[in-house]
Amino acid sequence: MSLITPEFGLLFWQTLIFLLLFLLLAKFAWKPILGSLKEREDSIDEALRMAQNAKLEMQSLKAGNEKLLADARHERDQMLKEGQVIANRLIEQAKTTAVEEASRIAQQAREAIQQEKNQALAEVKNTAAQLSVDIAERVLRRELAEPAAQQNLVDAYLKDIKLN
Amino acid sequence: MKRLLTLFLCLCTFAGFAAEPTETGKKEEAFNPGQVILHHVADSHEWHWFSTDNGNFITYLPIIAYQPSKGLSVFSSKHIVEGETYGNFKLEEEHLVTTDGSKVYDFSITKNVAALAVSSLVLVIVFISVARTYKRRAGQAPSGLQGFLEPFVIFIRDEVAKKSIGPKYERYMPYLLTVFFFIWFNNLLGLTPGAANLTGNVAVTAMLAVLTLIVTLFSSNKNYWTHIFWTPGVPLPLRIIMIPVELVGVIVKPFSLAVRLFANITAGHIIILSFISLIFIFRSAYTGFLSVPFGLFISVLELLVAILQAYIFTLLTAMYIGGALEEHHDEEHGHGHEHDDYGFAEERQGGSNFANLTKPDIAAH
Repeated sequence: MSLITPEFGLLFWQTLIFLLLFLLLAKFAWKPILGSLKEREDSIDEALRMAQNAKLEMQSLKAGNEKLLADARHERDQMLKEGQVIANRLIEQAKTTAVEEASRIAQQAREAIQQEKNQALAEVKNTAAQLSVDIAERVLRRELAEPAAQQNLVDAYLKDIKLN
Repeated sequence: MKRLLTLFLCLCTFAGFAAEPTETGKKEEAFNPGQVILHHVADSHEWHWFSTDNGNFITYLPIIAYQPSKGLSVFSSKHIVEGETYGNFKLEEEHLVTTDGSKVYDFSITKNVAALAVSSLVLVIVFISVARTYKRRAGQAPSGLQGFLEPFVIFIRDEVAKKSIGPKYERYMPYLLTVFFFIWFNNLLGLTPGAANLTGNVAVTAMLAVLTLIVTLFSSNKNYWTHIFWTPGVPLPLRIIMIPVELVGVIVKPFSLAVRLFANITAGHIIILSFISLIFIFRSAYTGFLSVPFGLFISVLELLVAILQAYIFTLLTAMYIGGALEEHHDEEHGHGHEHDDYGFAEERQGGSNFANLTKPDIAAH
């Protein structure tokens, strides 16, 4: 029976000591312990969130880099292609210009030659004419030295003329 | 070799045991196991550590008595434990009484009070040093004692307080943690040989239960009292019957807490002592082959019970507080929840553990 009847003294001490224990532990143990636990959990949460953010950022950065790289590569290809086109065009242009120039020079040369030739021919004609006249003069001079011969010639002309 | 040594040691132990009953048997004829066991589990005014053939090793504790007529008197229990009278005091079955039958209040530092002081000191030292470790190792992983105790603190916080009490759990954490570790440490200390059976004392458990009741009542809201005095979802005539039932429930809940802890711990001690007593009852060392393994088994079981009872006490305390804090939310859901309401009422009056254990799950929704 004594086992199940609470003793007054023990009840008193238990109340006193337990409340004291509670106050001491609450102030000096549970408050710092729970505070530290909460702090740590918060910092872990924060760290995890930051890691997640960093990961996402990294991914976006990586994607950006890849895009940039692809763009750069594309641009390079584009530039190469354009360069090729421009080069081809330039070569083509140069070729045509050269051909044109060549033909133009040839034309000029031909024209100059023609001119020279014409000039030469004209000179040759003049000289020939001069020569012929000189020769003819000399011949005439000799043939028409006698007046009979001059009469004959006038007659012959007059015969030919025959007035209509 | 090792086995031989063990066997040898065993035989020595049995020889020692065997010698004792024959010797004491001559002095006191009848071995009364009931008396011995009750003496071991009950409180006493002296601390009886152990006895050998060379005598008893006893610490005599101070007796503090207050008599309304004569005032306070303080003296060592050495003067009265053997049945003598000192002044006008004497002990009658560990009860301090006066020879003239006048009223006396016994504030003695009994074995349990001493154990209570020691265990409280241990708790304070342990947890303040752990708290210091938290401050010192801020931002680092827990280590040592801190690492060992932290899971329990987190368990009480996450599994007991948060789930049973809800968002306002933080206010009750110091009380729940103190109760949990007080019960657990004292359960374990009670299992050590020569120590006091503190948590197996009804005064200690009753005080803890009353404290839980006070905390519950102080944190109760309108809804809690509505449930008691005008249980919703119950037919009118039944409501009137429910009032006393619910009121009894308010008292029965802490009462069950006190009795459960007291009974579990005391029962464990009694079982272990009974197994040991078997040796002396049969007056045969060979009984040890039965008693020692069984006693060991129960002792190990008691280690589990020690933490289990601490957990159950804390969990139920948290649930009672959670029940008192619970907000009224049935009307929003219409008639579908009336049935649940009735279920709560039944649990309250029944005070059944298992019905109560399922409560936070329902309450959580």
